[in-house]
Amino acid sequence: MLTVTDALTILDRPLKQTPPGPAARAAKRRFSGKKVSVGVDTQGTDWAEAMLLVRDKRDQAAFAGLFRFYAPRVKAFLMKAGASAAHAEEHMQDVMATVWNKAHLYDPARASVATWIYTIARNRRIDSLRKARRAEPEDLDWGPQAEPDHADVMTFQQETARLGAALAALPEAQRKLIERAYYGDLSHSEIAIETGLPLGTIKSRIRLALDRLRHDMSLKR
Amino acid sequence: MTDTIRHHLTDDLLMAYSTGELPEAFSLVVATHVSLCDECRARLGSFEAVGGEVLEAMQGATVTESSFEATLARITGQPVGDQRPIRAKGIFPSPLQDYVGGDLSAVKWKSVGMGVKQAILPVASGATVRLLHIPAGGAMPDHGHKGREMTLVLQGAFSDADGRYARGDVEIADDDVQHTPVAEAGQDCICLAATEAPLRFRSLLPRLVQPFFKI
Repeated sequence: MLTVTDALTILDRPLKQTPPGPAARAAKRRFSGKKVSVGVDTQGTDWAEAMLLVRDKRDQAAFAGLFRFYAPRVKAFLMKAGASAAHAEEHMQDVMATVWNKAHLYDPARASVATWIYTIARNRRIDSLRKARRAEPEDLDWGPQAEPDHADVMTFQQETARLGAALAALPEAQRKLIERAYYGDLSHSEIAIETGLPLGTIKSRIRLALDRLRHDMSLKR
Repeated sequence: MTDTIRHHLTDDLLMAYSTGELPEAFSLVVATHVSLCDECRARLGSFEAVGGEVLEAMQGATVTESSFEATLARITGQPVGDQRPIRAKGIFPSPLQDYVGGDLSAVKWKSVGMGVKQAILPVASGATVRLLHIPAGGAMPDHGHKGREMTLVLQGAFSDADGRYARGDVEIADDDVQHTPVAEAGQDCICLAATEAPLRFRSLLPRLVQPFFKI
């Protein structure tokens, strides 16, 4: 059975259970608080808080905050994949409407808000731009204990923030290839033609980037 | 059950699935394997987390002035999401059941000779995916393929030069690998196989002629 901490393991390295430190306790206080931050603070913890307000309280102010931060990013993401500004705007609105309508499926112990919105936007891209279906894995059966432990949630959100920092710290050539792969703007072979780099070099750069992310995540653990 | 899986997805495949670049046929095999394999589910979660951080770090595009109001209007127009899906009963995980229209009993098999049956599943062009039924102790028909092939075992087991594959195990073969999987005795073997280029079973005659003429 997958544990909460398994889900945040970067690749296949087993993750030690980290006892919540002072930062986690402070964050946990914030987490259970009422304050909604909108559009300024980019810490994953606050977005999870806003998302849970949307999920549990149908809080429109929290949704407006998520919209201000993520809508421009989702639109830019869809444009990177080749959509026109008008199409990207339309699909972005659909993605953000889905964020509200499927909020009950959001689980802060399994995905950051960014990750969750990314998967919705990516699926929308596959649907609308590639006109293909996408098979999704069966959901885990979590049993009667539906609510994950807050400490686990906090650990998860902190790991996600560390991943963001590790990604930002990658050498530019590696980071750009990772970004382009996720934007879905070009396949490896198209990048090869465009950059003049052999396919093998692109694949090994991506592999290097992943190794480096793994390494960074294990150092800071 | 998940502890018994020995043959997993590669980083390449998990990343391609999480970036959305994998053809539909391969996505189905990945989603079906991940449904059975907690280790690959956790690894996939990590690759999707990278996607989340890429989105988070993006320079945003300007949205239209009425964007938020237009989105609120869409909310009421969209169907409300389903409840959390329930784990499928039967030997096919739910992503595969969605394509088949049910479990094993719903498969419309067609014989391809030597007791082997197949059912091609409808997917977008670019790659093909099929269910294969190989009788216990039987060999998969000799087949040629170009490009990548993924074979996921759903029932029974098969062995070839690379090892033994049982329920949940996935074999990934690249260009023109010569392999002749043989199903284990005891139980018929059922696999889900995706191939990049159309896979053609050689007819009985070329199979007999082949050793003599070295085609």
